[in-house]
Amino acid sequence: MNHPWTGPRLARVALLLAVAVFGPAAGPRSGFETMSPELRAMQQDDLANPGMLHVAEGEAQFQQQGCTACHSAEAMQGVAARYPAFDAARDGPIDLAGRIAQCREERQGRAPLPREGKEMLALSVFVAHQSRGLPLTPNPDPRMEFVRRQGEALFRERRGQLNLSCGQCHDDNAGRRLAGSLIPEGHANGYPLYRLEWQGLGSLQRRLRNCMVGVRSEPFAPGAAEYIALEAFLAERARGLVVETPAVRP
Amino acid sequence: MRAFLAAALLCLDGAAFAQNVPVVGDAIPASLTGMPGDPARGRAIVLDRQRGLCLLCHSGPFPEERFQGDLAPSLAGAGTRWSEGQLRLRMVDGRRLNPDTIMPSYFSTEGLRRVGRAWQGRTVLTAEEIEDVVAFLVTLRD
Ligand code: HEC
Ligand code: HEC
Repeated sequence: MNHPWTGPRLARVALLLAVAVFGPAAGPRSGFETMSPELRAMQQDDLANPGMLHVAEGEAQFQQQGCTACHSAEAMQGVAARYPAFDAARDGPIDLAGRIAQCREERQGRAPLPREGKEMLALSVFVAHQSRGLPLTPNPDPRMEFVRRQGEALFRERRGQLNLSCGQCHDDNAGRRLAGSLIPEGHANGYPLYRLEWQGLGSLQRRLRNCMVGVRSEPFAPGAAEYIALEAFLAERARGLVVETPAVRP
Repeated sequence: MRAFLAAALLCLDGAAFAQNVPVVGDAIPASLTGMPGDPARGRAIVLDRQRGLCLLCHSGPFPEERFQGDLAPSLAGAGTRWSEGQLRLRMVDGRRLNPDTIMPSYFSTEGLRRVGRAWQGRTVLTAEEIEDVVAFLVTLRD
């Protein structure tokens, strides 16, 4: 599957050639680019972007929760751009929220935070925001390659009563309309993000759960390995797009 | 006798049932219920975004409906292009015509993975609803 001439490397060579021949439009396109001008303006203006309130909340939490005993905000720069990472302690991949939970529970000995709770989202959005503008450069740890391949298999597998795969919408039909919604390429470069439909900030796992429930499939449990594998594949698929956190989406 | 047979078949779930549906060429000529469907009910199902879901992917001659999808051909003229039996097979299990189709199989649970708890063992539409939709589609004559 990872044969050098059919695997991601070939795709990257092809991508480089395509960029050389057709210009930069051939690379992955962020959901940002297909949004209305109003929404793009809302994302880009820190005073109008509702996600920025959560970033500020996260900055306060970062102090209050004692993260600064070990980390500075500056040291968080670039972290989100290379997650998920391989965690030696659990001998498996870990996403950003998982790392925050690990620091809190194992290093600080405190009670777990719910993944979609206000505090976890605020801490995650604050940390991820420190990478805003940096290109996604997926973790080069060779042990992540296996995880990415698992993620790709999940991305291509048809599921649910409607029997659709992620790829059938986001590769084959991106740019078309599913009823009123423009199908984006499905890149995860802006999470956690503010979604108008949610009227609030939400995680990537929430987004993936929505897509799964949309095809009448049983979503995975919060924090499940499957989500982290999907995230690892999505990061590779979006390689080079810049982190937008906190993005705004319809 | 015929009504009894239809009732007995309907007790089976869609997977078992769909396997017993007589496919002739690219069509299922006979009604799944042994009765003709009701086009008015069929129209309501097609327009219903929780039941038919058709407008997620298709557009059609429904000017009052906003937000129609463009992942699939327009339903306008479907009744001119296809016979009733061809439309029925397309609704029951389009994979028999195109294994890669993205159109859901509305009356088969075969080969599905990770179906949500609320939907397990159920087909998207019932036999009666399929007949209603087919009866409506044959009226779409451009
Ligand atoms: C039936 C079509 C469909 C399927 C299948 C689907 N999605 Fe989506 N997805 C969408 C649509 C439409 C949106 C945009 C949200 C909206 O506007 O409602 C979206 C949004 C997303 C986004 C957010 C993109 C952004 O710019 O923020 C990601 C990431 C994503 N999907 C990943 C996935 C993954 C992974 C799967 C499979 C587990 C999947 N999707 C399955 C239709 C689909
Ligand atoms: C997830 C997408 C999707 C949904 C939902 C969907 N379809 Fe389709 N349908 C397609 C595609 C794509 C085709 C094109 C043929 C193919 O891919 O096999 C198609 C083809 C058809 C055709 C043949 C059209 C032609 O003239 O060639 C008919 C009729 C049809 N669909 C009716 C329906 C009805 C009625 C519903 C709802 C009860 C429905 N479809 C729901 C995707 C969909």
